[in-house]
Amino acid sequence: MAKVKGAIVVNTERCKGCNLCVVACPAKVLSLSPDSNLKGYNFSYMSNADSCVGCAACAYVCPDACITVYKVKTNTD
Amino acid sequence: MTLNDIIDPKNLVYAKTKVMNDTPMHYCPGCSHSVVHKLIAEVIEELDIQDKTIGIAPVGCAVFGYKYIDIDWQQAAHGRAPSLATAVKRLLPDRYVFTYQGDGDLAAIGTAETIHTCNRGENIAIFFINNGIYGMTGGQMAPTTLNGMKSTTSPSGRTVPLSGHPLDMTKLLAQLDGTCYVTRQSVHNIANIRKTKKAIKKALENSMLDKGTSVVEIVSTCSAGWNMTPADSNNWMEQNMIPAYPLGDMKDI
Repeated sequence: MAKVKGAIVVNTERCKGCNLCVVACPAKVLSLSPDSNLKGYNFSYMSNADSCVGCAACAYVCPDACITVYKVKTNTD
Repeated sequence: MTLNDIIDPKNLVYAKTKVMNDTPMHYCPGCSHSVVHKLIAEVIEELDIQDKTIGIAPVGCAVFGYKYIDIDWQQAAHGRAPSLATAVKRLLPDRYVFTYQGDGDLAAIGTAETIHTCNRGENIAIFFINNGIYGMTGGQMAPTTLNGMKSTTSPSGRTVPLSGHPLDMTKLLAQLDGTCYVTRQSVHNIANIRKTKKAIKKALENSMLDKGTSVVEIVSTCSAGWNMTPADSNNWMEQNMIPAYPLGDMKDI
């Protein structure tokens, strides 16, 4: 069965930890990191990477355009 | 399949547009300004008009817009962006000219310039960010502040006997013969972000069709000025701002 797998890359130094991507993610993939970047913001990261389907909802709502989204279709289960 | 297999340029779905440069934006976390900047940059890339677009930066938080979107810019005195845009468009009619203004700029000090520019039907696009307060100067009451809304200069909430009614500039501009496209959008969720992007695209395209002025109001948040988290600001906006400033096209000819 074809399955869609996604992944995101967050520009952690550009991220301001506004949390809007965490709220917008329908698959609850994202969380704010306990670590902070050089500006002191807790940046967003994939805490549940297996659930990501690459819908790019996080990237559309990201005010600072920090998120790059990748998506691939796999034929394995 | 590992993450490194997925993260490959051939699987790319979404990335930051190149029209927006890498300068970190000074806006507060979760600010609607950043979302709108991103959408304008994406539209400019889609239309392939990066070298033919001139933006007019306002006074307010968005004054530094010229640092983030990689196009030609001018910066106008407070409220005078539509007048400067008029001059730029008349001198260089082959350029896409837009102003980017907040509510303190467009609906307060620039009311006369805005109304007369729209009434003359200048072929420009006006992007109007309405967050109901003066964000940059510390959250003071603006003409667009809602009745009962608290701000630093109306700590108990705005009242009609003292401050009058909120000014619905976009509705007013839709009545003028010079405008061709007047719409109100928001950027608080994905569906509305997509609609706003379409509206921005249409407004920029209209500026080349000799039809008149296009006005896109974007109802926005100011989480720092409203003293809320970005997510709470979006919810508050949906519950309070949007009923007072209903979304949708008011004029499209």
